[in-house]
Amino acid sequence: MKNNTPKGVSGKIPFWRDIRVLRVLFQVIFLLGVILLLVILYTNMLKGLRGLGLTLNLDFLQDEAGFDISEGIPYEPSDVYLKAFWVGILNTLKVSIIGIVCATLLGLLFGIARLSSNWLIRTIATAYVECFRNVPLLLQILFWYTAVVGQLPRVRESIALFGGVFINNRGIYLPSPEPTSGLKIWLGFLGAGFLLAVILYVVRWRKLQQLDRPGFRAKWALPAFLIVALCGWFLTPDRPFTLDLPVLQGFNFKGGMRFSPEFSALLIALSVYTGAFIAEIVRSGIQSVVKGQREAARAVGLSESQTLRLIVLPQSIPIIVPPLTSQYLNLTKNSSLAVAIGFPDLVSVGNTMMTQTGQSIPVFAMIMASYLVMSLTTSAAMNWYNRWINRVGF
Amino acid sequence: MVACNNGAGGYKGIPFNRQKTVVNALRIIKNMQEIKPPAHTTGSVRWLKDNLFNTWYNVLLSCLALIFLFFAFKGLLTWAFTEAKWGVIPANLQLFGVGAYPREQIWRVWSVIYILCVLVGLSAGMWGGLTLRFALVLVGICFIGGLSPFELSTRGWFLGAVATTVVSLFLGRGRTGLRPWILGAWLLSFPLIMIVLRGFGENGVLTSNWGGLLLTLILAVVGIVVSFPLGVFLALCRQSNLPAIRWVSTAYIEMVRGVPLITILFMGSILIPIFMPGLDINQVLRMMIGITFFSAAYMAENVRGGLQGIPRGQHEAAQAIGLNYAQTMLLIVLPQALRSVIPAIVGQFIALFKDTSLVAIIGLIDLLGVARSVIANPDWFGLQAEVYLFAAIIYFVFSYSMSYGSQEIEDALRVGEI
Repeated sequence: MKNNTPKGVSGKIPFWRDIRVLRVLFQVIFLLGVILLLVILYTNMLKGLRGLGLTLNLDFLQDEAGFDISEGIPYEPSDVYLKAFWVGILNTLKVSIIGIVCATLLGLLFGIARLSSNWLIRTIATAYVECFRNVPLLLQILFWYTAVVGQLPRVRESIALFGGVFINNRGIYLPSPEPTSGLKIWLGFLGAGFLLAVILYVVRWRKLQQLDRPGFRAKWALPAFLIVALCGWFLTPDRPFTLDLPVLQGFNFKGGMRFSPEFSALLIALSVYTGAFIAEIVRSGIQSVVKGQREAARAVGLSESQTLRLIVLPQSIPIIVPPLTSQYLNLTKNSSLAVAIGFPDLVSVGNTMMTQTGQSIPVFAMIMASYLVMSLTTSAAMNWYNRWINRVGF
Repeated sequence: MVACNNGAGGYKGIPFNRQKTVVNALRIIKNMQEIKPPAHTTGSVRWLKDNLFNTWYNVLLSCLALIFLFFAFKGLLTWAFTEAKWGVIPANLQLFGVGAYPREQIWRVWSVIYILCVLVGLSAGMWGGLTLRFALVLVGICFIGGLSPFELSTRGWFLGAVATTVVSLFLGRGRTGLRPWILGAWLLSFPLIMIVLRGFGENGVLTSNWGGLLLTLILAVVGIVVSFPLGVFLALCRQSNLPAIRWVSTAYIEMVRGVPLITILFMGSILIPIFMPGLDINQVLRMMIGITFFSAAYMAENVRGGLQGIPRGQHEAAQAIGLNYAQTMLLIVLPQALRSVIPAIVGQFIALFKDTSLVAIIGLIDLLGVARSVIANPDWFGLQAEVYLFAAIIYFVFSYSMSYGSQEIEDALRVGEI
């Protein structure tokens, strides 16, 4: 090695040209810069807070909130701030989870419709996707809230739909299932049915493995479970659930479930907006499986449903799931636009807390932490689903 | 058999009484191209049969869709032509356009429009294609504006814009050598436009008076122009092989992406004065900072997707021919990476454009803010549907033309690859 070094150059590299030293040095300087920035911000913050006469602590969470929250779990204005914040979190979760289900259904429906051989259906689906994708969500929320839900008839002139559903300007009233004493017995039936279903599933799986043939593994388990559940439903002395129907009493409806106008508008807007994005994801996921794959599957004698289950879906699901996850996360985050129409979600309640106490920094930290936990949980669940579906198949 | 073997001489081998038939058959075959196929195999009937009524369930679906469309259109058109009071739109058009921008300073906005007309015209002349189509749309809109029943001065401004665009279009025609200069001019126009709109000191227009579509566009353009390089920078940091830089960048990106934009805008509005007590940062600037920092994190993830798609060999080859890190990235890796993620980046731009509407919640009067304030005006009570639909159409036109442009660029680049 020494012989290869040209004359006049010593074999040892000076440290200011040694890449290993430089790398460490550069990172140390960078980190110092970041820390310096944070320290400056921190001292500024302390100075600013002193100017406002505030101290940084979380004691205020145990104080009486004193403001009302229009919906959610039971809550009184005399409850503490922590409870109010919890109500906000649960409201966000409620609208997000129902919204995710509705948006997925809409997205699947219109995504498949965009691939239809029927020109009219295809065009309607394209119009839906383009119209709702290209208009801001906040505008859509305000539109649904003021121009649609806000214009509904008054309570006396409610629109009555089949099965005891009433729609008026105070919200949407639905029948709600109320558990009875028979529920426990029925739950026992369900447990037994589930056990039977698991056994049948494993037996069929084994059999299919022995035969070395593709097939629908839940072919025996699913009907068995349904039969046991149905028998249980009718054999139980009282039915496990009774329907609590909304009834007009005086000036308002009593009983049943109520979706407030704010909740309804937010839910419709979120589902329709996110559904348009999901439709595009579903369409491109299915289109990404080349036509030859289907034709080959049909040529080797697989049926239409087997082609879908064994050839198309296994290839398109891994493509669909990651963007679908980020759409679910977007929907959860977008539910924060509820603040514009007064639905008491996490951000809306947090804002009230901030204006009342002035403790903006801790409240912001709590809001951020809540959303981060929700995002990480959703991502983890979807990643797990993706791995599971790839492992077990359909 | 004999007839077949010496058939080279025409119909010699065919018995005489059959020859006439053969000649007729040949004549029919010769004229075949001129005979049209029966009507039921082509044309609109066939199209309907193939596309709407090819199977029993498609017949059902088509009928259902037709019934749905009939009632939807009937309802919509009846409402739009008999019940809707569209008078609210022309009465507030200036408010929708520029918000509370002072009337005597409106020439600033027109100057900006003229600067853009010149640049669009020149670019359309030099590049043609997509830019030309956009220029023609711009001319069309200005022309309609010029013919609409506005005040005389407004119509004059509109027609002047048409003339400016057309003249610069012809000036720019064929001068492909000037392309780099025009790109530079576009970059320079950005600060220039800001200065023209703001003016100086007391004589200028305070940013708190910016509003309407003008504010929406400014927020979107600033967000796009600043967040793009910031996003590329963050993506490079996240791909860096220096762990400290990678960690800090990853933490920033993941934290911002985990939080809704409205929270970040509230933070910008409330926390910037706490963290920077000495600085007087106005509300518009705070929103710009919030939108930019938010969008940069998403941009970084899009760019990272492109960077990960570049094979290692490209980096190694660049190093082998002696390029340093900056050269490798700028000349080899980024051009390929960015090209492959154009759709995602434009998608992000569209999202940013739509997201600027959130500043209406914070209290700025952008396009959506104007819509809300018009509805709140007792003179226009109960006209939510009309006003929101109008705002929605404006947002739609901008978003849709961006996605259309992205599609065109994508196709053009793919053509280049082959």
